[in-house]
Amino acid sequence: MNMILPASVSATPNGTTRPQVRIVIVGHVDHGKSTLVGRLLHETGSLPEGKLEMLKAVSARRGMPFEWSFLLDALQTERDQGITIDTTQIRFRTRSRDVVLIDAPGHAEFLRNMITGASQADGAVLIIDALEGVRDQTRRHGYLLHLLGIKQVAIVVNKMDRVDFSADRFKEISDEISAHLIGLGVTPSAVIPISARDGDGVAEQTPRIDWYQGPTVVEALDALEPARPPEQLALRLPVQAIYKFDDRRIVAGRIESGHLSAGDEIVIMPAGKIAKIKTVESWPVTPLKGSHGAGRSVGITLDRELFIERGDVIAHAGATPRDTRRIRARIFWLHDKPLSKGDQILIRLGTRETRASVVAIEKAVDPGELSNEETTAIARNHVGEIDISLAQPIAADPYQENSRTGRLVIEVNGRIAGGGLVLSVDAGQRAVPIDIVPVESALRPEEHSARYRHNGAVIWLTGLPGSGKSTLARALERRLFSRGGSPILLDGDTLRAGLNGDLGFSAQDRTENIRRLAEVATHLARNGHIAVVAAVSPSADDRAAARRIADASFREIYVATPAEVCESRDPKGHYAKARAGTLQAFTGIGNDYQPPAQAELRIDTSARTVSDATDEIERMLAETGILFDELVDLAANI
Amino acid sequence: MHLLNPDSAKDRLRGADRKSGATVEQIFTDGRPPPPAMDHLDELEAQSIYILREAFARLKKLALLWSLGKDSNVMIWLARKAFFGRVPFPALHVDTGKKFAEMYAFRDRFGKEWDLDLKVEPCPSIDAVDPTLPPAARSAARKTEGLKWALTKYGFDGLIAGIRRDEEATRAKERVFSPRGLEGGWDVRDQPPEFWDQFNASVPQGAHLRVHPILHWTEADIWAYTKRENIPIIPLYLSKDGKRYRSLGDQDITNPVASTASSIDEILAELDGTKVPERAGRALDHETEDAFERLRVAGYL
Repeated sequence: MNMILPASVSATPNGTTRPQVRIVIVGHVDHGKSTLVGRLLHETGSLPEGKLEMLKAVSARRGMPFEWSFLLDALQTERDQGITIDTTQIRFRTRSRDVVLIDAPGHAEFLRNMITGASQADGAVLIIDALEGVRDQTRRHGYLLHLLGIKQVAIVVNKMDRVDFSADRFKEISDEISAHLIGLGVTPSAVIPISARDGDGVAEQTPRIDWYQGPTVVEALDALEPARPPEQLALRLPVQAIYKFDDRRIVAGRIESGHLSAGDEIVIMPAGKIAKIKTVESWPVTPLKGSHGAGRSVGITLDRELFIERGDVIAHAGATPRDTRRIRARIFWLHDKPLSKGDQILIRLGTRETRASVVAIEKAVDPGELSNEETTAIARNHVGEIDISLAQPIAADPYQENSRTGRLVIEVNGRIAGGGLVLSVDAGQRAVPIDIVPVESALRPEEHSARYRHNGAVIWLTGLPGSGKSTLARALERRLFSRGGSPILLDGDTLRAGLNGDLGFSAQDRTENIRRLAEVATHLARNGHIAVVAAVSPSADDRAAARRIADASFREIYVATPAEVCESRDPKGHYAKARAGTLQAFTGIGNDYQPPAQAELRIDTSARTVSDATDEIERMLAETGILFDELVDLAANI
Repeated sequence: MHLLNPDSAKDRLRGADRKSGATVEQIFTDGRPPPPAMDHLDELEAQSIYILREAFARLKKLALLWSLGKDSNVMIWLARKAFFGRVPFPALHVDTGKKFAEMYAFRDRFGKEWDLDLKVEPCPSIDAVDPTLPPAARSAARKTEGLKWALTKYGFDGLIAGIRRDEEATRAKERVFSPRGLEGGWDVRDQPPEFWDQFNASVPQGAHLRVHPILHWTEADIWAYTKRENIPIIPLYLSKDGKRYRSLGDQDITNPVASTASSIDEILAELDGTKVPERAGRALDHETEDAFERLRVAGYL
């Protein structure tokens, strides 16, 4: 007999096929969340031995009547305050589910904890006090369930004993909250009248609610499905890191949607570079065969060496995410200081992190209020829609198309301050305007390389002023020229005299200076020349940008001469002026130089001769495929 | 887009190795078999690997706390999976000097076999520890002090620890990336939000982060995974003379529980029916209502 199991079934450790669902219970403070949790644990026979007795004893010792909620309020601080501070996780079983119960605080002050808890849930129970009815925090939590993307929501109307189990009162609340949620696109799976304290409606129907025909809370939980990573959507593999622990170059990440196999043609976004998956690596068995689906943490190797970095997204050709510098998002805000137009923020989307600024704010409201009064800034615990301009292009999807790559968090001062859904990505920013038609070179790359016996490259010498960059660059220029090559020296200071004459030394101008150098150098490299760039380029971010522009032709050389030696050389007299205070914004004194972590080569010129160092650069260029001697091999390709 | 160098000289020189005439496979063929479904342990493993890789990418100087117990052994296994065989940061054993002989034997053997960069750090004497703590808690707090010493000595900005939410109520409140104060303290009231697997990894100068890659696992998960992956364990976990250790700490403050489970399968069967908490054999958890929380606020695991 063929048995068809639903896709969501997963084997649990004890060999049963009971799916695990994670549930969050949310709602206004004091509407009875903790009581419901305590009751659920008791009704499902899940309490640890002696726990109930111990808590009853503690209550008696403190002269308080026993409360079910004490079960969760395990921390001393919480017992004193009488409110749940943080999310806790508790497990129990229903007939066909292993339930992980995440309790989330109702107190407005702890919204960040509610979000932390609720974001991990497959489904939610929104609890409402029958006497008090729908309150601001009820509405706010309802709104956040929508923003967090939680689709399965059951409503529980608690404390029915306080309203004499009135069917009319129940209907009134049920209508109000259903209208609110449906307006947000969330349809409740059930609305259940209960008394958590007495047990009515929790695990069984009682005569006091005989007018109610729907499921009990336990039955509603039993019907929840675990949320699964979207395997049926297009492949999205955000890159976590590139590992070179051995001779393999492994691109590591978790498949957020879709699936992949060795041999797939892929596109690396946002740069749009194309490659093929060579192998899917693993441990202890490697390589892996077959297809690997959403949710798996994988490592892949590619069929060619190209520049790829953390934050890139791997997709299949023809189904890529968009690359953009502009995003519109609907967000919730948790930071004390309201988010305003013009604010500088840090965006995390997938594994990409980028600086950004808030261009516009719209529809900023308190989701707890009935009347939506709009403001120009998004206050703490409020929501709104924002336009963000990003410092570098990123790959993203609108959340309607892919919820995993269509959501972002915002960081302020190194701390997560908000998050939300990507409503739209403006893909027009980097599109080539139609009136620009780049003219291709008449020569093929092979023709250049056959003549020069090298491929085009950008040799980027970075280091403190006086470290010997220009000396090395000139020696390298001479060496390459002598062997018939076509080196072109691009000295940072020389270019500042002309092309970059409009730029100063602010961080922004330095960035632009580097960008122009990198663009010019890359153009030369693309036409077969070796551009030798000598520039202090103190910012690691700027150099990373240069590497992105020049891509696989980039070779970074860190001229790592000790600072004291550089200062003692002082070929341009800059150190002396800076010490005397007559030269501002000088890199060298102070700590504003960020040394490269992964340069192709590191040279300390205080420890070796110029000719020695040039030899080493030449060797590196030969080893990394820029210089070559075997004309025979080359001829075959012409 | 800069496709400058799709066939560099190096690639061309290697051209002979490439399969010639290989056809480009169409990727969205409907006939392709779907990827195999992930089971519960696969999901846990994938999430833990993701967390370990995030920690390695975002922190500068990491260490993994290896207590030699079942949880941290699973954690080392997961790190080897995450980094394709070798753990790329030190395994730190903060040694109270009072562990079981079997534990030291285990450490010495597998530290080598797993090719770990093992760092063993001793703990200070009991006199250096808060005398107002109850005896067992005070003894355990030595470990906190030892940890602080190690932090100062090596300057780690991230410590990977194998705690789990289901172990103990205060651990249930932990974040995956949990910032610690300058003194190593944990401010339970002011934890940053953490959602969608986006972690707070910024560490103030001199402070450190705890990273908890198996926070979402249960005791049963640990055993089921240990069995599936065939991860070595210390034999003290298996029943001998009607008793076994469910949790291993210092010899003088850890007691075995009554059990006949002499294999991992039997342990799993036992756990399925039990309502006795895992740390029942840990004396320090039962001294006063808040002893464990006080320890954790001060920086205990």
